[in-house]
Amino acid sequence: MQKAATGPVRRRSGQQENAAAGSTPAGPAVAARKPRKRKSVGRAGYVAWLMLLPAIGVYAGFVLIPLAMGLQYSFYDWNGVGASTFVGIKNYAKVLTDPVLLGSILNAITLIVFFTLIPIGVGLILASLIRSMRQGLMSSAAQTILFLPQIVPLAAAGIAWSWMYAQTGTVNQFLSAVGLGGITRSWLADYGTALPAVGLIGSWVLTGLCTVLLLTGIGKIDTSLYEAVRLDGAGWWREFFTVTLPGLRQEIAVLATLTIIAALSSFDIIYTSTQGGPGRTTLVPGISIFRIGFTQSDVGLASAFGIVLMVLVLLVVLPIQRLSKVND
Amino acid sequence: MRTSRSELLLGRLLLAAALILTLLPLISMLSAALQPADRNPTGIVWPTDPQWGNFVTAFEVGNVWRLMTSSAFIVLGVVPAAMLIATLAGYALGALAPKGGRAVLIIFVAGLTIPFEALIIPLYYQAQAMGTLNTQWAVIFPLLGLFMPFSVFWMRAHFINVPRELSEAARVDGASVFQEFRQIQLPLALPALSALAILLFLWTWNQFLLPVVLIADPLDRTVAGALTFFQGQYSLSIPLLNAGALLIITPAIIVFLIFQRQFVRALLQGAVKG
Repeated sequence: MQKAATGPVRRRSGQQENAAAGSTPAGPAVAARKPRKRKSVGRAGYVAWLMLLPAIGVYAGFVLIPLAMGLQYSFYDWNGVGASTFVGIKNYAKVLTDPVLLGSILNAITLIVFFTLIPIGVGLILASLIRSMRQGLMSSAAQTILFLPQIVPLAAAGIAWSWMYAQTGTVNQFLSAVGLGGITRSWLADYGTALPAVGLIGSWVLTGLCTVLLLTGIGKIDTSLYEAVRLDGAGWWREFFTVTLPGLRQEIAVLATLTIIAALSSFDIIYTSTQGGPGRTTLVPGISIFRIGFTQSDVGLASAFGIVLMVLVLLVVLPIQRLSKVND
Repeated sequence: MRTSRSELLLGRLLLAAALILTLLPLISMLSAALQPADRNPTGIVWPTDPQWGNFVTAFEVGNVWRLMTSSAFIVLGVVPAAMLIATLAGYALGALAPKGGRAVLIIFVAGLTIPFEALIIPLYYQAQAMGTLNTQWAVIFPLLGLFMPFSVFWMRAHFINVPRELSEAARVDGASVFQEFRQIQLPLALPALSALAILLFLWTWNQFLLPVVLIADPLDRTVAGALTFFQGQYSLSIPLLNAGALLIITPAIIVFLIFQRQFVRALLQGAVKG
């Protein structure tokens, strides 16, 4: 069952290689060898840079330059059309002290629970329980279904769930059916439940992805480790903490990075489900930036918030990279 | 491998629950879409009198055909160009490894963490200055740049694993860098390229923030970006809104179903290549 672990790209049969290369005696032995550090070949140097040019061009033109523009705007008071005045760090000070803006940052941090902890947690439990019936799950039907939420546009997920959470929607229908008719409500219109309800949309989108990826990771863990720990008489918990969890460190780091970025920059789901309401209970930085920049025309403040959001993502994501690289 | 019976059963039950929960919102949408358009629908009900006509109405009222055309235009503007540019760069970084390539890679990888929201304000004024605002180009150009970090990283990960002996042999045979690239490297890169193509297609097709901000007329956006317009159009009819949203989701799901096997595998390969 090493199917999932060997990819179509990494190992090819010697035959294919010979067919492609024509005269090279490269065989499977070569193909399986680890790539070594490459030294630049003199004449290839300038060709390489020529090949890099278009990528650097579009990246610099449409990411780095706008980033520099945003940084510049963030030090000015500007409504997008008239004259602008330099205000130093006033906009940043406002982002970090204004209760409404801080509230939206806190909401985004709360969403990490639903976008990261729940999907990875549920994914780990599911994956470690299904480990022994991998063929079953890897049947393409189950895998396809678990992946579907990744394929649906987030904005459509927001619309689908708005309907699920509606007064006459599926969630209340289910609750009434199991005798909990007393707690039914419009979940997205209730001050107390709107944020968790929106968060669970994110859980729905990301749990399948996490499960499938973690399962593939479990497939790569040496089975003799499991046998050894079982022979020791360990139960499910100890097996989970001594073998499964350490073996999945890299996958968890990748997923944590992906899902935290999704939590901190959630715009689509909120926009089509609650627009930040009721009140400001589900306001997130993306919606704030959009409103401040285009409705209130305070371009400097919106740009400063954008830069703060980017720094926030880096602050959360960089330590994860560090942790996953240790003694690899 | 030995596993206890109870564990196996629990695993199956949990998996079944996860699959049902995953499908539930989509089933809810279908159920709502098939209920009479002039009434407030109720949860999931078996359609005794399915209103398939809702899809036809939604298709016409929502101008779905025009939206699909607009989306296709944006996809065609982004995906082939992004793939060509990223393949060249990935090859340069992965196979040729010029001096300073490491720094370039780091600058690209850093871009993976930039939230689109952080760039949306300057992108608006940039598009205004370029004269592309409110056209599809306002979305196409930024997406090319925003997809570069992932695409370059992805293609480099492929090229770095191609045995060096191949290109050395080609050099000995007197092939130029470009000849070797075309005749040896490109055929080997097809699996990585097809996975990248599918990913870029989905990300472009489902892109929401950029079209909403940069294109005022909803009918010139991507289908996902037009969902806000749907919400306005069908504000009085939940069945029609759900029918419209389902129409919009369908093309992406079809593409995914056709390519799903190599797609999922490639994605899982790439995600943990490190």
